[in-house]
Amino acid sequence: MEKRVYLDHGATTMVDPLVVEEMLPFFTQRYGNPSSLHEFGTEAKNALDKARERVMRLINAGLEKELVFTSGGTEADNIAIQGAAFGNMSKGKHIITSVIEHPAVKNTCKHLEKNGFEVTWLPVDQHGLIDMYELAEAIREDTTLISLMFANNEIGTVQDIFAIGALARERGVLFHTDAVQAVGKVEIDVNKLNIDLLSLSAHKMHGPKGIGALYVRKDTKLKPIIFGGGHEWGLRSSTENVPGIVGLGKAADLCRMEMPEETPRLVGLRDRLIRGVLGSGMDEVYLNGHPEKRLPNNAHFRFSYIEGEGLLLLLDAKGIAASTGSACSSTSLEPSAVLTAIGLRHDLAHGSLRCTLGRFTTQDEIDHVIKELPPIVQKLRDMSPVGKGREWFGADDDENDHDHHHELDDEDNNLARE
Amino acid sequence: MTIIMNWTMKITTSPGNSIISGIGFGSFDRGNRVYNKKVMELFTNPKNVGEMENPDGVGRVGNPKCGDMMELYIRVKDGIITEIKFKTFGCAAAIATSSMVTEMAKGKNLEEAGCITKQQVADELEGLPPLKMHCSNLAADALKLAIEDYRSKQAGEPQADTSEEV
Ligand code: FES
Repeated sequence: MEKRVYLDHGATTMVDPLVVEEMLPFFTQRYGNPSSLHEFGTEAKNALDKARERVMRLINAGLEKELVFTSGGTEADNIAIQGAAFGNMSKGKHIITSVIEHPAVKNTCKHLEKNGFEVTWLPVDQHGLIDMYELAEAIREDTTLISLMFANNEIGTVQDIFAIGALARERGVLFHTDAVQAVGKVEIDVNKLNIDLLSLSAHKMHGPKGIGALYVRKDTKLKPIIFGGGHEWGLRSSTENVPGIVGLGKAADLCRMEMPEETPRLVGLRDRLIRGVLGSGMDEVYLNGHPEKRLPNNAHFRFSYIEGEGLLLLLDAKGIAASTGSACSSTSLEPSAVLTAIGLRHDLAHGSLRCTLGRFTTQDEIDHVIKELPPIVQKLRDMSPVGKGREWFGADDDENDHDHHHELDDEDNNLARE
Repeated sequence: MTIIMNWTMKITTSPGNSIISGIGFGSFDRGNRVYNKKVMELFTNPKNVGEMENPDGVGRVGNPKCGDMMELYIRVKDGIITEIKFKTFGCAAAIATSSMVTEMAKGKNLEEAGCITKQQVADELEGLPPLKMHCSNLAADALKLAIEDYRSKQAGEPQADTSEEV
């Protein structure tokens, strides 16, 4: 088989073999339940403590036990947002978030909206940044929580978390950030950044799937949403996924140790890809997201006059795996909400391509993509009835018929997320 | 929140919820998760792509469902479609159905060609995923419009507006 290039690390990553190695004994030898008092249990409990410490070091959390293991980023977001909302109702029922959040945050907030909470949805500018003045103005007496993502999963824009955290602290509002895409790639210090709650996920940083964590600053009032045996300080009852937790711990440790070299390396490759694609001589190719404030591993392009699904399939045929926000490839036939939020018209959102790099991405692979991409774009453009000077017709903007859009209640849509 | 799992229920994401990651398997020899082999073949090597100089009829359609569109051109001789070309902006299904409809219409008389339905196109392709059935509208409608356009020109009427939403 031809060589395969995986540029979809925003979706998931390869588990680092070092992580697997460390996990294995916890399946067949040290399989105890951390709650058991015998030696099997103690081994597992020690592994849990060690992993917790490793993850906390990655985000510079203090020595207090301020980390709750969860089944992943989505669960962490749910425990944080619902927990904070229900846990602070005596103060108020107002939450602030943005229109470009991951569905795990967006749909949790929508669920709260349906249950008597008020949610302010902050818009973003063309680069995907929220406006700090708008945020400041949105904060009210009864605001209990601000939930804003650290870095966007699609266009890679990194918010000004320092400013948001400082503002939240000053106004006495809890600050949650979904940092699933950022942890392990950019330096995060929950204390300097005044983050009260932070969600992370192992499989986005070369760890296993099905495990994540929520950082919870000491004394943060959260109401549990899962009930059971009281594990993880009652915030996440359920016997701990010890092998997964060990894997998360190791993945976090590797990220922390490698970050000083790995982040600049990724930035170098990312910029090589961006320069290579934008400078390839193709017309009307653009970079989405912020030119500088972006994830070290994210390059998000937009090609006018073509559609992303075809692009994806033709790249796939060349062994290159990437992703798109095109309407045609989504199950709802709607373009990505993030692309719409940064002001892209329906037709422009169509030709989007997300390339996300990882630890095992090489320069050769990037050069391969730079070489293979332009003829594919050209092929699709040759088939397209629109082009330079040939106008778009038919369905313009977004407000055309929405009759196909009669699915389930939004809150049930979490069932089918990526 | 109550979730009743029901396997006949169509579960979809809410509008533009998430970015969609790669959907194929790296090779078109056997189709992929979304499309069968025939669709993939036609998508990769579509027939009759391109524009036509002075066509006898043109059909342009926009697909409001997903914002895609198509242009189809025909040349007619003695009531028979002798030449046919298309240009499509759309997903793999849209391109494959465009190619298929042009193949089906070529050599047919206008009467027959005008009767080609989207279902026939989909059947010829040995099926499309349910969510992609609407894509075959584009092709079938563009063909009908091109034929109408040709007829109205023949009738010497002022040229009809050939663009229309499906
Ligand atoms: S043309 Fe858009 S989904 Fe097929």
